[in-house]
Amino acid sequence: MLKNYLKLNLSLLYWVFVAPFTGQFFSISQIFRQMVFIGVRATSMVALTAFSIGVTLAMQAAHSLQQLGAEMYVPDLVMLSILREMGPVLIAVIVIGRSGSAVAAELGTMKVSEEIEALEVMAINPVQYLVVPRFLAMLVMLPALTIFGNYIGVLGGWAVCRFALNFNTAGYVLRALQSANTWDLYSGMIKSGVFAWIVITIACNAGLHVEGGAEGVGQATTSAVVQALLAMLVSNAILTGIFFFGS
Amino acid sequence: MSPSPDAPVIEVSDLVRRFADRAIINDISFNVHRGETLVIMGGSGCGKSTLLRHIIGSMKPTSGSVKIFGQEITTMDEREIALVRRRFGMLFQSGALLASLTVGENVALPLVQHTKMPPDGIESVVKQKLQMVGLSGFEDLKPAEISGGMKKRVGLARALALDPELLFSDEPTSGLDPIMTAVVDQLTLKLTHGEHMTAVVVTHDMTSAFRIATRMIMLGHGSIVAQGTPDEIRNSTNPEVHQFINGEADGPIPLNLSQDEHEHHQHVKPRPFVAARHRFHRKTA
Repeated sequence: MLKNYLKLNLSLLYWVFVAPFTGQFFSISQIFRQMVFIGVRATSMVALTAFSIGVTLAMQAAHSLQQLGAEMYVPDLVMLSILREMGPVLIAVIVIGRSGSAVAAELGTMKVSEEIEALEVMAINPVQYLVVPRFLAMLVMLPALTIFGNYIGVLGGWAVCRFALNFNTAGYVLRALQSANTWDLYSGMIKSGVFAWIVITIACNAGLHVEGGAEGVGQATTSAVVQALLAMLVSNAILTGIFFFGS
Repeated sequence: MSPSPDAPVIEVSDLVRRFADRAIINDISFNVHRGETLVIMGGSGCGKSTLLRHIIGSMKPTSGSVKIFGQEITTMDEREIALVRRRFGMLFQSGALLASLTVGENVALPLVQHTKMPPDGIESVVKQKLQMVGLSGFEDLKPAEISGGMKKRVGLARALALDPELLFSDEPTSGLDPIMTAVVDQLTLKLTHGEHMTAVVVTHDMTSAFRIATRMIMLGHGSIVAQGTPDEIRNSTNPEVHQFINGEADGPIPLNLSQDEHEHHQHVKPRPFVAARHRFHRKTA
């Protein structure tokens, strides 16, 4: 299992970084097709998730900070939590549930219906033809969705501050911007890039190694989602440790 | 690099493949020469598909050698195998079309991946290949929208897209009506006679087998039971061959594999729950 996973990663690196220099290009149109599926079609779900999180964070923060008479720090808390943790993690959760499972199921179905074998016999490498476009699309779209989700999340926080806590809009925006520095944003982006890698390689690996018909596809899809979630949450803890706790 | 024209296109010698301690392929040797059509036949589970997978290099044998175009395929790495594979086409039993692409895109796939043809050139080759299998005008349909027999014919068109020197077909005519079977057989004959293509066909369909074969091999229990020209096979005195080509229920070929053999063959793990369910049903019935 782990051996297959490492092998997939190595061959992925080869097809993305080495093969193009030997004249074997991946298909750009395939990448855009996958970007639409993984990214564009997920925007509404991501928006709803991020907005709910922004609102929830602001309410919790207000509740606690009011007791200290420090409501003015609500924007800080919303902004930092979203940029550093909530944005990257929860949007990865949405993308795992939506695209990770879909990729595992699609590749798994192709495996059981002999399509992968047919590609190999036509001398088309399945990693180059199927995995590379999904990988690159995910690597672009998960961070993009995260940036988008960050905006919407902060907007959710604003809604609470503006209508329940009587902040004025300019005050909220200024406070939020003052609290965060660029590293808060970048650390979230690095996380989301790492998550993208983890999610798509786990999903593709599960799909490519399906055995045993429709039942196998179902199992592979479930295990892809569970493994991707666990790997993502563990790596998030490690990255937070490195970024904010190490020095 | 290129061997002499008389050299066999495929040379299989002493091929053995074991799963656990059971030989699925047991010491098989044969040659296929240019322009020949070799038909491999045998009952379900006799190792036909496994043999085919060893010849195309997707499975590695326990011992023995397989040479295609004079090159040993059993010891090649993936990249070397890919180079050999560009020279042959393969038709899968189910057609194995990519469900996400249209019929036309499926046929175009090898051309797009392996040639630098301009798009309109590719389009005209796709039209021509689809016409050869009687499916003109089906370019824009998805595989899910056409019948099983049509999928198989699209699979054949795709296998022929690069004008291969060698064609492997896994049951090319099962699921086709008698007329389409004849069309596909004629196409195979035309390509092997006219274009000197070599064909290896695995089939159960005896009418079709005798129509296209220049040589036949019958497998049983992983070894060659009989081989020869269609006439030699037809007049064979071997009772197994006689039973098989005449489709008789009674004869020397056993009706059932034992459960143990069957499980080895399918590479399925034993499933205790299935057995338990059977016991339960027997009790409640």
